[in-house]
Amino acid sequence: MTVNPSGWRPSAPANEQGETQTVSGNRALMLEEPLLFEIGSTEQTGVDLADTKVSGGRLGGLERNRDIGLPGLSEPEMVRHYTRLSRQNYAIDLGLFPLGSCTMKHNPRLNEKVARMPGFADVHPLQPQETVQGALQVINELAFWLLELTGMYGVAMSPKAGAHGELCGLLCIRAALEARGDVRAVVLVPESAHGTNPATAAFAGYKVESIPANKAGRVDLDALKSRLAPDVAAVMITNPNTCGLFEPEMIAISEAVHEAGAFVYCDGANFNAIVGKVRPGDLGIDAMHINLHKTFSTPHGGGGPGSGPVVLSEALAPFGPLPFVAKMPDPGSRSGAGASSYKLVEEENAGEEHHARSFGRMTAFHGQMGMFTRALTYILSHGADGLRQVAEDAVLNANYVLRSLEDVLDAPFAKSGPCMHEAIFSDKGFAEGLSTIDLAKALIDEGFHPMTMYFPLVVHGAMLVEPTETESKAALDQFIASMRVIAERAKAGDESLKAAPVHAPRRRLDETLAARKPVLVYREPEQAQAAE
Amino acid sequence: MRYLPLSDTDRSEMLHAVGASSIDDLFADVPKAARLDGLVEGLPLHASELAVERHMGALSKKNMAAGDVPFFLGCGAYRHHVPASVDHIIQRGEFLTSYTPYQPEIAQGTLQMLFEFQTQVARLFGCDIANASMYDGSTACWEAILMAGRITRREKAILSSGLHPHYVSVCTTMAKFTGDRLETRVPSLSAEMDAEKVIAAIDDQTSAVVVQYPDILGRITDLAPIAEVAHAKGALLIAVVTEPVALGLIKSPGEMGADIVVGEGQSIGVGLQFGGPYVGLFACNEKFVRQMPGRLAGETVDAEGKRGFVLTLSTREQHIRREKATSNICTSSVLCALAFTAHLTLLGEKGLRQLASLNHARACAVADRLAAIPGVSVANGAFFNEFTVKLPVEARPAVHAMVEKGLLGGVSLGRLYPDAPELANGLVIAVTETVTDEDIGALEAALKEVCL
Repeated sequence: MTVNPSGWRPSAPANEQGETQTVSGNRALMLEEPLLFEIGSTEQTGVDLADTKVSGGRLGGLERNRDIGLPGLSEPEMVRHYTRLSRQNYAIDLGLFPLGSCTMKHNPRLNEKVARMPGFADVHPLQPQETVQGALQVINELAFWLLELTGMYGVAMSPKAGAHGELCGLLCIRAALEARGDVRAVVLVPESAHGTNPATAAFAGYKVESIPANKAGRVDLDALKSRLAPDVAAVMITNPNTCGLFEPEMIAISEAVHEAGAFVYCDGANFNAIVGKVRPGDLGIDAMHINLHKTFSTPHGGGGPGSGPVVLSEALAPFGPLPFVAKMPDPGSRSGAGASSYKLVEEENAGEEHHARSFGRMTAFHGQMGMFTRALTYILSHGADGLRQVAEDAVLNANYVLRSLEDVLDAPFAKSGPCMHEAIFSDKGFAEGLSTIDLAKALIDEGFHPMTMYFPLVVHGAMLVEPTETESKAALDQFIASMRVIAERAKAGDESLKAAPVHAPRRRLDETLAARKPVLVYREPEQAQAAE
Repeated sequence: MRYLPLSDTDRSEMLHAVGASSIDDLFADVPKAARLDGLVEGLPLHASELAVERHMGALSKKNMAAGDVPFFLGCGAYRHHVPASVDHIIQRGEFLTSYTPYQPEIAQGTLQMLFEFQTQVARLFGCDIANASMYDGSTACWEAILMAGRITRREKAILSSGLHPHYVSVCTTMAKFTGDRLETRVPSLSAEMDAEKVIAAIDDQTSAVVVQYPDILGRITDLAPIAEVAHAKGALLIAVVTEPVALGLIKSPGEMGADIVVGEGQSIGVGLQFGGPYVGLFACNEKFVRQMPGRLAGETVDAEGKRGFVLTLSTREQHIRREKATSNICTSSVLCALAFTAHLTLLGEKGLRQLASLNHARACAVADRLAAIPGVSVANGAFFNEFTVKLPVEARPAVHAMVEKGLLGGVSLGRLYPDAPELANGLVIAVTETVTDEDIGALEAALKEVCL
């Protein structure tokens, strides 16, 4: 079967703006790329495998007797296909990527090299433990650093991403409460929280109630205190919070929560602002996930994979998930340092390792090993001094942006003091009909990735700018210059902003159409027609 | 510090510009009691690229890399040859260092790639649609059970005995908290699967039946009879595929009536990586789309009418629906999905079929040779590239004894089912195209010795 013998199918109609048209639809380095299903063929392949005769006698009569419809490409075609696609993406490697709450910092290439060492990349998760001592040591060394940097007692390494880490933390809390016979139904979440917080609490079986923010963008301590009662299991707090502000009353919040018999979960998405400056353990936090793909520079990869280890207080650590790595002292050895061995504690030996109260397994294997090697490489590169400098530079860069723009853009919390690693603005003062999205799309034309838009929900038309520490002053100055001009245009009612972006590979896309008539897979033209 | 571009001059200029006399002014909101005045004690300082590479390299060498020895492990993670161009593509900075495509005008590369990935997964699994990936196979499996609960409004799922025990463990852990009821079973070391028991257990309380295909012992069974009974009772069939290469040779679960098909995509493009990151595959019947978890890329047009792609149906998701979302998932596994889709594009249907045939033929040859060892028998009737042998001795010590001989000879059922002594002599052996004739000879010789 050949999927589409006619090959390339132009999708670009004539441009109405009088731009010179090309026959191909390409514009020099801006290259259009058809779908794989329009260029590939099921007879084409980019690998050299021989035909092998299969008798079929051992397939239980289940031999496939229909075509699958998977087109192939030769290697040069495949490389060109994805390389052309890659060029339609913005990326940190190309420029400033100030997405608030996402910590889009430079991804060091040494991390990539290390993750590909055969002893890490080419090791099976079920290999006997004596053959993976180095891998277990990596997990253990990373765990050590995370505990030292957070001042916490234990760490669960297996969660696969931030939201998975949140779930891990809440399950630890629930298990700890149930172990003391204390069933509680409610988790309190501030209004400004990331959407994963309430979703996770619901996923863990809790009813979610929101707690209001005060005028300074912080948790309203009195409102929180008045809601604390024996039905509250936990309070989920993001600190620094999603307005880019540190919660100055964090210690008092933790004390109030503990007094009510509940636990404090901290969303560690914004740990980059305080790494090496503040240890969450000193703030009374009981559980916090750490996004290795934010603070510790593992690549975001277009939306994952992430990694979300969870640091735990002494009260919660015994309930953490399996499997985990334990360092075994080796009394019989005389060789001193480096003689200890590492053991993976799984279901069968959890009891003997004093971990009988673990709430169980969250994922098939031991977590995101490829992210652990990258994060540890990053941490060792920076060391204690470099990591502290990371937080300081990240905060300095954000404040520099805040103070350079507060005269042209509404900055709702600017008067209350400095921000942490991200600066928040609103679209207050824009001319009628123009909003945050118009400024964001105009930034695309200027060659920048937009900031986080319309989040947190507590600020109208929020723009959350997180430059990170890996931006130079020159890069920030360029960004600020573009932002100032666009902000002035938005305030003056420049309607042309609504057409932005005009220089990107695509103009604004019709998201309503995509949701109303979902097309989620490719169908051959005749099939698609028949379906209509 | 090589990753920090600000110079001390920049820093003092910028502090001046923001009206701060020192960096500590910017941390004024941090309670004094919690502020660290100096470095966290007892930690090393920054290190050169050379020094870090040396340290990590030494740790890497303390592991036995699969490529250095005869290697026969499977059970949910498979070692296949990944063409060099796949790794080249995923290291393109525009893919590696981009974010979730929230700004579609400058993320068409990722979005189109995900649309292609969704199409490939849907076709491979024999389903209408697929999502843009989950964390891994085990979490996808649990999400499928939850989804079936939402669709059927029932809370009891039946897990067949052939489901990977770690997947079962993930599901039972999560079910403790959600209140879902799960029926689980331990497999028997024989060709006999539990399709009949599973069918008998389906009642009008059952939300879903979960069957792995091929199963943890490598066995394969026709899913159609299970689907038929499940549907008659208003339940759904969830199929779990941990070795998608198999589908180049055997029927897809969708074709046999599975309503939701989830899987682990690791074996195509991703590599072993000691368990992660992997890529969860999730496909289903189109009518269930609004109950599906995870990101979805969809086709649309831009303001000029040009075809383009966006993330769509996000009203299911946490950032819009908050506590009412179908899942709390936010990050998926896009870079691994890219590795999967790039590898599958190189293979194409022809290459996948060739690869699957090669795997199966080699596995058959190895099974025959091992069955000829006195005391050793093959438990499976049917299998793809993985089968279980019954040894005359316990398999777990046998695996360690083979390590002593420099050989990774399989996964013992003792490791997977420590509480089931009746399985202790079972050894699961996976045979892929990476296994050489010398490797097979070494396995045969080693097994002969440990079985004496």
